[in-house]
Amino acid sequence: MEIFGIPTALLGSQLLVGLINGSFYAILSLGLAIIFGLLNIINFCHGAQYMMGAFVAWIALTRFGISYWVALIVAPLIVGAVGVVIERLMLRRLYKLDHLYGLLLTFGLALIFEGIFRDQFGISGESYEVPELLSGGVNLGFMFLPIYRGWVIVASLTVCFGTWYMIERTKLGAYLRAGTENSQMVQALGINVPLLITFTYGYGVALAAFAGVLAAPIFQVNPLMGSNLIIVVFAVVVIGGMGSIMGSILTGLGLGLIEGLTKVFYPEASSVVVFVIMVIVLLVRPAGLFGKS
Amino acid sequence: MLSKKFATTACAAALAALSCGAQAQVSGGSVKIGVLTDLSGTYSDLAGSGAVLATKMAIDDFIANEKPNFKIEMVSADHQNKADIASNKAREWIEREGVDTVTELVTTSTALAVMKVAKEKDRIVIMNGPASTPITNEQCNDVSVHYTYDTYAVANGTAKAVTTGGGKTWFFLTADYAFGQALEKDATAVVTANGGKVLGSVRHPFPGSDFSSFLLKAQASGAQVIGLANAGADTTNAIKQASEFGITPKQSLAGLLMFITDIHALGLKSTQGMYLTEGFYWDRNDETRAWSKRFFDKQKKMPTMVQAGQYSSIYHYLKAVKAAGTDDTTKVMAMMKKTPINDFFAKNGQIREDGRMVHDMYLMQVKKPADSKYPWDYYTIKAVIPAAEAFQPLSLSRCPLIKK
Repeated sequence: MEIFGIPTALLGSQLLVGLINGSFYAILSLGLAIIFGLLNIINFCHGAQYMMGAFVAWIALTRFGISYWVALIVAPLIVGAVGVVIERLMLRRLYKLDHLYGLLLTFGLALIFEGIFRDQFGISGESYEVPELLSGGVNLGFMFLPIYRGWVIVASLTVCFGTWYMIERTKLGAYLRAGTENSQMVQALGINVPLLITFTYGYGVALAAFAGVLAAPIFQVNPLMGSNLIIVVFAVVVIGGMGSIMGSILTGLGLGLIEGLTKVFYPEASSVVVFVIMVIVLLVRPAGLFGKS
Repeated sequence: MLSKKFATTACAAALAALSCGAQAQVSGGSVKIGVLTDLSGTYSDLAGSGAVLATKMAIDDFIANEKPNFKIEMVSADHQNKADIASNKAREWIEREGVDTVTELVTTSTALAVMKVAKEKDRIVIMNGPASTPITNEQCNDVSVHYTYDTYAVANGTAKAVTTGGGKTWFFLTADYAFGQALEKDATAVVTANGGKVLGSVRHPFPGSDFSSFLLKAQASGAQVIGLANAGADTTNAIKQASEFGITPKQSLAGLLMFITDIHALGLKSTQGMYLTEGFYWDRNDETRAWSKRFFDKQKKMPTMVQAGQYSSIYHYLKAVKAAGTDDTTKVMAMMKKTPINDFFAKNGQIREDGRMVHDMYLMQVKKPADSKYPWDYYTIKAVIPAAEAFQPLSLSRCPLIKK
């Protein structure tokens, strides 16, 4: 059976692959959206923090024999802690200023982090093996799905929707949202807003690092792995609407699928399609698909 | 009487000038070599600081062995793989700092840009990192040397070996820019010439990171061999993901341009059995081992063919300056082309009229993890491709310097 001259089996497998990439977009754009929504900072070192997550996992495995499963928890904690330090020492001074300052600072940090890792590990990068439990694959009839890729979808969707639930449905989330609306009032009610903000940034960074650990067995772990991805992720956030939590998750998954389809019909355009959509969305709905204008 | 005295004086002067001629007449009192390479980007492992080190080693060894009566200096800079940065830097070096030769130049676009500047300013360019064949064809000039390898040589070696070894049907995964397309074109010609068939190809954006969609297409094509017409991180990611999706070992991969640093980064588990063509392997004989160990002590990595070629080409250049007794571009180029190259890198290497240095290339197969006995023990040399076959013959040249 064929649709537009493409066998359905191939189409199905491409859609699934698109969904896997979409899960990465979702989890990365979610982190960016949280940080922007609550801190008003455009976190340009998100890609570098994603890369650091992957490298921490690799260092943990090769130097200390720490398994993938432990790294999945530990790497986000370590990179998140670095994020907390950055927020306390540097970002904190910029909240009152224009977005541009935060963007420049984080962009500079991204270049520094990438430079340090490039100096230490070289550009070809390192290989991280798929963990034993998740190696191999299953035959779905229309494609051979590596078990690890299936796990990526499950893990990232769980984390994404868990985060959404925490922010939109719990008391902590309510404090966070209230803190960004009117921090003085919330502070007057006895809630430590600066601490909340620090926590938020740390959490956003930890999400990036988590995605990095998920990516390590799939992609070559190299210092520039984040810089290739981050531009697309920014486009995803813009399309979804800056600061919209659910918007960034759904847009991430959706764009992964669209990109997957483009790779079937016209592969040359697959790196551009996201930006074409971004332009159209900005023209029609400047606040993004899910954003409030 | 007077005329006799004049004659003796003139004679003495002439003699003095002659003996002076044996002393190299170098402009500015020293020979200055500029290493323009990628020090921070995608190609910084295969060229980069290793190429700078190789240049330094060549200069030090030359001074120690040949005791030249001129000074040798080196400058280096990062061209960031951008043609405009490369040509501006080369111009600045030549005009203000008196650089005599600009070398390395990984990434074809930077190489082509600097070749133009060098031709205009009458300086020498020695290229080791760039791969594309137009350097010695459409874009060739008489001040340039393309030393280590090119797309023709690597595609030719690997595609021929794989096709004649039974891999008759091919599918190409091609980086969507000039280099990838050139590589695919060169390899396709070799595959069909050897009785193989190309079933299709897919062009992927450059740089890419997820290749699974393209690999699934390649898988659906049913081709025996998937030819990777790309380089660097694109190649390593594609290989990694091919094994993840169970494509290898059912279908085999042929990396058309790979370096030992790529194999090192991926590990033998996912690369074992692959064929690739290189111009140098550190573990080939005692001579290559001796040089490579010295390199390793400083760089902590074994040299790539680009870095080994960089050493060899700089040494050859300096020898030509000494032999010609000048750093004049035309005379040094003539000397470089006249003198065969015999060192650990090349045996009877020869720089042709089109600037192509022809030397033996090696078809390698990546070892199984179990067969690798010590660090960097990665290849078995399957065949030596003699210089005459390895590179594009002059009869097919599109270089205007070649008169037919």
